[in-house]
Amino acid sequence: MATTPPPLQGPTSKEKKYDRQLRLWGANGQAALEEAHILLINSGSGVVGIETLKNLVLPGAGNFTILDSAIVEEADLGVNFFLASDSLGKSRAEQCCELLKELNPDVDGHFSSEPIETFITKPDALDPYTLILATAPISPEILEIIIAHATETLTPLFYIHSVGFYSHFSVHLPHAFPVVDTHPDPVTISDLRLLNPWPALTQLVQEKTAHLEAMSDDDHGHVPYVLLLLHFLEKWKSAHDDKAPQNYKEKSEFREMVRAGTRTSNPEGGEENSEEAVAAVLKNLNPPELSSNVKEVFNSAECVGASPDSQNFWIIASAISSFHKNNKVLPLPGSVPDMKAKSNDYIALQNVYKTKAREDFAEVLSIVRDIEAALERTNPIDEKEVEAFCKGAAHIKLVRGKGMHIAKPGETIEWLDRAKFAFGSLTNPDSLIHIYIAFLAYDSFGAAHPADGLNGAALAPGTTDFEADTEKMVGMAQQIIDDIIKEAGKTMEDPEYTEVKEQSQKVVTELVRAGGGELHNISAFTGGTVAQEVIKVITKQYVPVDNCCMWDGVSSTISVLRL
Amino acid sequence: MDETTVADMANGDGSRIKWKFLDRIVSRQGPFADPDNPIGEQALQMLSSVKVLVIGAGGLGCEILKNLALSGFTDIHVIDMDTIDVSNLNRQFLFRQADVGKHKAEVAARFVESRVRGVKITPYCGKIQDKDEDYYMQFAFVVCGLDSIEARRWINATLVGMVDEENPDSLKPLIDGGTEGFKGQSKVILPTMTSCIECQLDLHAPRAAVPLCTLATIPRQPQHCIEWAHIIAWDEERKDITLDNDDPEHITWLYQKALKRAEDFDIPGVTYSMTQGVVKNIIPAIASTNAIIAASCCNEAFKFATGSNPSLAYPPPDANNYMTYSGDDSIYTYTFTHEKKDDCPVCGNLAKTMEIDPSWTLQEFVESFAERPEAQLKKPSIRSEAKTLYMQSIASLEEQTRPNLAKKLSELVSDGEEIAVSDPALQISFKYKLVFKS
Ligand SMILES: [Zn+2]
Repeated sequence: MATTPPPLQGPTSKEKKYDRQLRLWGANGQAALEEAHILLINSGSGVVGIETLKNLVLPGAGNFTILDSAIVEEADLGVNFFLASDSLGKSRAEQCCELLKELNPDVDGHFSSEPIETFITKPDALDPYTLILATAPISPEILEIIIAHATETLTPLFYIHSVGFYSHFSVHLPHAFPVVDTHPDPVTISDLRLLNPWPALTQLVQEKTAHLEAMSDDDHGHVPYVLLLLHFLEKWKSAHDDKAPQNYKEKSEFREMVRAGTRTSNPEGGEENSEEAVAAVLKNLNPPELSSNVKEVFNSAECVGASPDSQNFWIIASAISSFHKNNKVLPLPGSVPDMKAKSNDYIALQNVYKTKAREDFAEVLSIVRDIEAALERTNPIDEKEVEAFCKGAAHIKLVRGKGMHIAKPGETIEWLDRAKFAFGSLTNPDSLIHIYIAFLAYDSFGAAHPADGLNGAALAPGTTDFEADTEKMVGMAQQIIDDIIKEAGKTMEDPEYTEVKEQSQKVVTELVRAGGGELHNISAFTGGTVAQEVIKVITKQYVPVDNCCMWDGVSSTISVLRL
Repeated sequence: MDETTVADMANGDGSRIKWKFLDRIVSRQGPFADPDNPIGEQALQMLSSVKVLVIGAGGLGCEILKNLALSGFTDIHVIDMDTIDVSNLNRQFLFRQADVGKHKAEVAARFVESRVRGVKITPYCGKIQDKDEDYYMQFAFVVCGLDSIEARRWINATLVGMVDEENPDSLKPLIDGGTEGFKGQSKVILPTMTSCIECQLDLHAPRAAVPLCTLATIPRQPQHCIEWAHIIAWDEERKDITLDNDDPEHITWLYQKALKRAEDFDIPGVTYSMTQGVVKNIIPAIASTNAIIAASCCNEAFKFATGSNPSLAYPPPDANNYMTYSGDDSIYTYTFTHEKKDDCPVCGNLAKTMEIDPSWTLQEFVESFAERPEAQLKKPSIRSEAKTLYMQSIASLEEQTRPNLAKKLSELVSDGEEIAVSDPALQISFKYKLVFKS
């Protein structure tokens, strides 16, 4: 037998290596990942930062740089996998960089052993990097400089703690961080527009359902359910003032009407396509409503007042908002779920949806071009970008990046518009806000107790005196809690108040117990979650954390809070 | 044991200096830990003396081996039958391009041993089914990072079967992790005391198979064309060649067949990558989710071995024992108690009630087990209280019982009768009480 020649479009060696991830974020996501340059500002025992990088080097994030002035000590070897026995006494940045680079020859790794205190004073020091990871402890003054840079240059920043059984990270994103490709659950994405059929669809319904009664069992059992539903909707409307079923009761009645259309005289005693139609009634007969995410985008200042130098996202959003005003629906995504049907009927149905989607896209594109002309923009937006937006329009997401708290000794943390939310979280047993508060106290303690070591590193609470440091830290956390209550303009009575204090005391004690040391498992876990979020931010796919994520390794739970 | 003694111990022999952080936390009483648990030296003793078994040296397994070695465990065994493929390299970080083709267990064990001084890792390159109860009895617990549901069910049934009420050492906790794309789950099972893998099976219902008639006559999706090439065209045209999913020539042949069929039906979208995905049933896998789930499993192992904090499933039976993780839309975990089932075929003792249509043929009934979420049996054999109804695993018996397949259930069993269903892939049998639908 002759061997089959390899196809022209067979996978490249890179596609083979990255096959399992390309099935998630595709070639676009991979390209974005490969263009990234990630800076890790590593402090403390620094394992969580290295574990994060491991999970970014493996999938092929293009470049990384480690900034770390520490010298490898014996204690590093018990917790950091990317150091070997012969690393002792050498630069930790260099050693980790070398061993990380082994993981993926496609990735470029760099390092610097310069202390952050001098590194940061150089102008443009942070400019080469597209994303910054900073692990605690970092002095509040330096953290302020990094945050200011991130805000000004729209560079995403992650600030990370991993101590004992607890970890936390905060994500600092640009003020507007829109995501088009959110990868919604496939079950939720088909928009069949049953309540607003267009002429071509109506015509197909008439063509394929005009002679339902006369059809053979085989044909009758293969009419696509979408056409069945539209057929019965017409029938319903003619008996109900041309109105579709309005409420649950009417929808249930309509469902029975569809069910009654099932042919049971066949050998199977029922029909799969009819079952599919019955099951789809309640989901697909809702008037098209915009999700709160889409409304937020349409109503935001950037969308209403697009300007010549707006991001492409806002120009397209503005065009789609106009489209929605004109048509009362979003552009049709054009996908049709699989259903019981004969091949040619299904393909015909699919083509009607695809053609309509292309028409909607063309309308949006012409609005985009009008806006571009009105704003005198010279670089036309790529059609593909507009098309992708049209397909995902119902599921776009806007994350509003916000600043992060910097804990300084003697200064009160400000919660601003999140004060009431923080107050509510204090008594919510599912919220891990007490871990967040404990880490604020931890940073404040560190800033007040600089160690004698290099790097201006802070002394972690519990390093030597568990009990005395616990007492101090409990008091600091208590102060933060009282400040939240005050800023929220609320009061808290006993027994609630005592319960909140007791919970906080336990969490703080657990944190101080570690004396600032990392447990490998907790840092490996956190390195996984941070890397995952970095990938989402770099690829602009999926929905990132907004904006604080706490992991409790005692109870094995995560809580994400906007604080 | 107070802190100074641990410090002395560390400084005394020098070798514990590297465990500074771990020793510190284990030597201090935690506010959430059981106050009766030992702290300090005794807890550390546990860590370095227990033998741990890791099943799987793939995406999760590599992470698990690294994490256990850096959690202070010193005697680790690992089983994996697979060899290294180039598509493993995006997440299985103990392997390099030059290792492609070698045994995973062997390469992973040597790598972690060379990186973490003082840990001994014993690899076994083979199947878990090669080993008997005596082998499994030597471990304190088992950490499982597998992508095969069959292997999970096998080890679960084995560990449940090993429990001897007279001997507390015979109860081997099973810590199990699994991932798919941005999602995953980790759980701790105390065999016979808490919900087992089999109790949880319906949480992982199989995807419904596409009916054969769709593939054969009315394909609509590109996947239908690929399945047609895979299941039908190959057998028709290349009967004498055993399909090898890893042979690029074979995949290319299927791809071109599928592409031609898709063109005939006007179906767009068949690609080489999709062909590979459908034929090999590829599940997306990324480094970050593996890191998260493996670390969660090893965190439970560490808490369990040191008593430094309560691990999942403790105290049984009411404690949370299951964590689900989802990372595609922000991050969520749901940590809960999955209840043990009295009618679990492995750890329960009641027969499960099943409503059946008595007019079904035995054939239809046999085939339905592949898609039943709580059973998922591909080659079931069925016995009633009185006789063997159908037996697939032995050829002569299969021939003998085959005529039953065409008979109606009402001819073979009575309303309310109990049947036992077994499958050669598992060493358990499912008990069902059949109730006729009126
Ligand atoms: Zn069970």
